[in-house]
Amino acid sequence: MGARPDTFAGAGVMNWQSLDNFLHMGGYGLYVWGSYGLTLAVMLVEALAVRHRQRQAFAAARQFAQEQEKDPETYR
Amino acid sequence: MTLRFNTFAAPSRFYGLAGGLLPWFWASALLFGLAGLYVGFAMAPTDFQQGEAYRIIFIHVPAAWMSMLIYMVMAFWAAWGWMLNARMASMYARALAPTGALFTFIALWTGALWGKPTWGTWWVWDARLTSEFILLLMYLGYIALTEAIDDPRRAANAGALLALVGAVNIPIIYFSVRWWNTLHQGSTISMTAAPKMVSTMLTAMLLMTLSFWAYSFAVVFTRARAIVLEQEGETEWVRALTHSREQA
Amino acid sequence: MTGLLWAVTKRDLLLARRRRVEALLPLGFFVVAAGLFPIAIGPEPNTLKLIGPGVAWVCALLAAMLSVTQMFASDHQDGSLEQMLLAAERLEWLVLGKVLAHWLSSGVPLVLASPLIGVLFDMQAQAIATLALSLMLGTPVLSLLGAVGAALTLGLRSGASLVFLLVLPLTVPTLIFGTGAVAAVDAGLSPQAHLSLQGALLLLTLLGAPLAAAAALRISLD
Repeated sequence: MGARPDTFAGAGVMNWQSLDNFLHMGGYGLYVWGSYGLTLAVMLVEALAVRHRQRQAFAAARQFAQEQEKDPETYR
Repeated sequence: MTLRFNTFAAPSRFYGLAGGLLPWFWASALLFGLAGLYVGFAMAPTDFQQGEAYRIIFIHVPAAWMSMLIYMVMAFWAAWGWMLNARMASMYARALAPTGALFTFIALWTGALWGKPTWGTWWVWDARLTSEFILLLMYLGYIALTEAIDDPRRAANAGALLALVGAVNIPIIYFSVRWWNTLHQGSTISMTAAPKMVSTMLTAMLLMTLSFWAYSFAVVFTRARAIVLEQEGETEWVRALTHSREQA
Repeated sequence: MTGLLWAVTKRDLLLARRRRVEALLPLGFFVVAAGLFPIAIGPEPNTLKLIGPGVAWVCALLAAMLSVTQMFASDHQDGSLEQMLLAAERLEWLVLGKVLAHWLSSGVPLVLASPLIGVLFDMQAQAIATLALSLMLGTPVLSLLGAVGAALTLGLRSGASLVFLLVLPLTVPTLIFGTGAVAAVDAGLSPQAHLSLQGALLLLTLLGAPLAAAAALRISLD
């Protein structure tokens, strides 16, 4: 794939002449940004979901601890 | 405190350690990700054949690698928990599964979006795609089974058995589909590993892999901490924890 | 050891014979489900010939999964399964006996009914023969893998549908080789390679599945 000699095309953001070109991605914008967009979305959702789960678990544990303190007999 | 091999086998110690490491993982994920994206978009040249569409590779390949890696790690810890009756190992295995499944999904989705403009089709039943699809089904099966069983120990052990049986199946799937393709002439030539890659492309891919790896640790550790609280909620140390801390 | 095997097989076959209708439901499903395809897709012979082996195989797979939970369910419900666990020296032989009974009562009928499906899909005689042969090699694998799934999901509410999700990915290799054999014959090639690989898969599964299912039973019943 892309058999060009091993070079570092280190022209920095000169790869893209304009923001428009960047978004357009040589005509493949939909596919490229569709991929990156989905990945970002999935990661965001997962990160938030997992943080939410952890907080819920903590709250549940705290509630259990409080109930146990109030009524030691039931929870022994 | 002397560090032994099983120092962090205790859920309580894992909880503390994981919590301390989380910010570092998130920071690493972000930094490697930004670096990888910069190299991938600002420095890597346009591909000769595929134009800009190839830039999907910086997500697709790392995601596929993570999907396979996480499965192996999950099967390992599940087996460890089953054989040695190690609770933390079992909990950790369960924490890995959803992240692995999501990476598999990302690999499949980005692969389809890459295949459409370059191969002309969203999907093709070659070795790699078929086995990746099967992998997603295996993750879903593992999650479904462990969620369907109420008793945590039975759930973890059943999941371990399933994960191990599935791990045996993966090389069979891969080779069987490859043989099937060669027995039938004229099958599509799939895009296997590139022979020689421009170094910027490779660098960007590796940076993104590191980013995904750090991200996995962050997400899996958070989920594992949640599972620890869920399963160990009635222990003394958790009670003490809820007293001493306002949040998490 | 083999005494246990035959005893369990005979017992399960006897029980199946007493509930004959229930035992033949997978066969009914197989024929009906496969028969729906020509109706839905249209009677174009070339199309049917193409999809025939695949349809037959998938319907056989689904039919096998339908009945697989029965292997352990009724014994589990009345408590005799736990007794068997305590009494049996080698649980693997018990599993093998139940698998054999399952295959004889639900797998073999599928093999015998496959020529009917072949005719419905306008397949050539040689292709039909290969289909039947591939199913003969494949249905035991389905029963074996199904036993693992049934053992893992023992007693669960959603057990039956869960077995589908768990076992179907594992059956993909034998599915690929089974349909590949028929496709080879259609293309004028020899199906020997595919069938040999199916045979190898059968041997592998024969060695591994009883162990896995026995371990799964212990996990589910402890």
